[in-house]
Amino acid sequence: MSTLTSITRAEVCAAACADLFRGDGEIVAAAVAGFVPMLGSRLARATFEPGLLTTDGGPALSAEPVPLGRPAATAEGWLPFRDHLWLVLNGRRHVVMGPSQIDAHGNTNISCIGDWERPARQLLGVRGGPGNTLLNTTSYWVPKHSTRVFTEKVDMVSGVGWDRGAHEIRAVVSNLAVLDFDTPDRRMRLRSVHPGVRVEDVVAATGFELVVPDEVPETRLPDDEELRVMREVLDPKGLREREVSS
Amino acid sequence: MSTGGTTDKVLSPEEVAGSLESGMTLGIGGWGSRRKPMALVRAILRTPVTDLTVVSYGGPDVGLLCAAGKVRRLVTAFVTMDSVPLEPHFRNARQTGSIELTEYDEGMFMFGLYAAAHRLPFLPTPAGLSSDVMRVNPELKTVRSPYEDGRELVAVPALTMDVALIHMNRADSRGNAQYLGPDPYMDDLFAKAADRTYVSCERLVDTADFAKEGPLQSLLISRAHVAGVVETPNGAHFTDCAPDFGRDEAFQKLYAQSAADPDKWAAFRDRFLSGDEAAYQDAVRAWQEESR
Repeated sequence: MSTLTSITRAEVCAAACADLFRGDGEIVAAAVAGFVPMLGSRLARATFEPGLLTTDGGPALSAEPVPLGRPAATAEGWLPFRDHLWLVLNGRRHVVMGPSQIDAHGNTNISCIGDWERPARQLLGVRGGPGNTLLNTTSYWVPKHSTRVFTEKVDMVSGVGWDRGAHEIRAVVSNLAVLDFDTPDRRMRLRSVHPGVRVEDVVAATGFELVVPDEVPETRLPDDEELRVMREVLDPKGLREREVSS
Repeated sequence: MSTGGTTDKVLSPEEVAGSLESGMTLGIGGWGSRRKPMALVRAILRTPVTDLTVVSYGGPDVGLLCAAGKVRRLVTAFVTMDSVPLEPHFRNARQTGSIELTEYDEGMFMFGLYAAAHRLPFLPTPAGLSSDVMRVNPELKTVRSPYEDGRELVAVPALTMDVALIHMNRADSRGNAQYLGPDPYMDDLFAKAADRTYVSCERLVDTADFAKEGPLQSLLISRAHVAGVVETPNGAHFTDCAPDFGRDEAFQKLYAQSAADPDKWAAFRDRFLSGDEAAYQDAVRAWQEESR
């Protein structure tokens, strides 16, 4: 297959993000962490998960998955911020957030770095992290996998992990690998490495002891139809490539 | 003839800002860098008011007030400018320890608004439990469901406020107000939660003309909750105010870059924030002309 050689890392990541939503059915995919997970959620809907509800990045639930950066041509629903926050309690929602720090159990921080009383670096604040993680399925997207992000201990728990009673931390997709919590004590495990990435690269870029199975498969490649949908329909401008360096 | 309390409520930005007192709790509507009552915030910058507790889904409103040393405590779930994720003035205020912070989950914050808007002492929600929001807000208490489930929930205290400021697309002189964009944000809750609410608007219209602008359900704010109305064309600038105008991304970028550097900030302040609202709008137009 001639396209194989030209598949980019961003496209592998987007397909991995699409896989996060496999089996979710008719729930809202709130992929707020960036272009790649947003593309992934719309790709899932356009291919194997047609029941998924997706937005246009604003308060419109779009009738069809819309290309990145475009408004919904047709809306099938309205989801202003207040209803988003009620939907968190309702539960029919799977959110993908972008952590500044994440630990081995999936606790995350987007609030501040250092002591909360007087932070060394103030970030966003907890946003919807506490409610999302306690009540909804949550996944994470990390465009630059490093020991600064994958850390032993997060400075402020804005998203609760498995050991604090998270509803479900499904998986973490990074620019290097897919990680999940499919272990007896819900510690982060290396599920697959992206083509061209070695297991030791991921281990070196992770600041805690990762569960590494004896055999680590490669992350699957997007198939021809997924590539066509990404390149020709959902992201013709290639915004995904800006978020991940190949 | 009696007007039944529906007398003309039209005020100037200076009258609204001048009615504030130091130490007050001030709610600010909008969300991030979206439909913020920026003209009213700019008017506050020109007053001696200080020591405010600001309640806001924070954006550059919070940043400007922090930069001017007006804020003692901020109650929020985030401060962001959306297309520019981090707010430099807020970051600086936090990193230098110049403000106190009450940091809630977004949904908790909304429940606090709902409680205040409806004169309830608190509303229960699970959002926030098990996170460090409980650690950094030791005053927060939980309640247990009296029913069979026995579930523990956060009792989010009412976010009561002395004064709220919101910006709408249209309003009449009685204080009824209309939003025409895709999201009401929480502005009606702010209006109901405060002792006194002021609405700025892009355009004052006759009450009879609301129907020409949008559907009945776009009439978000009732005069029953409004103490004063201010007409401030381009008054949400540089935040988004759809459908009247979108966010001024170029100007927001200038603001963010200036805010991150003390010298640049002094220049920005001199150029844009040293006069009244008309001077601000003139300076913005001049800047837009020359950056074309």
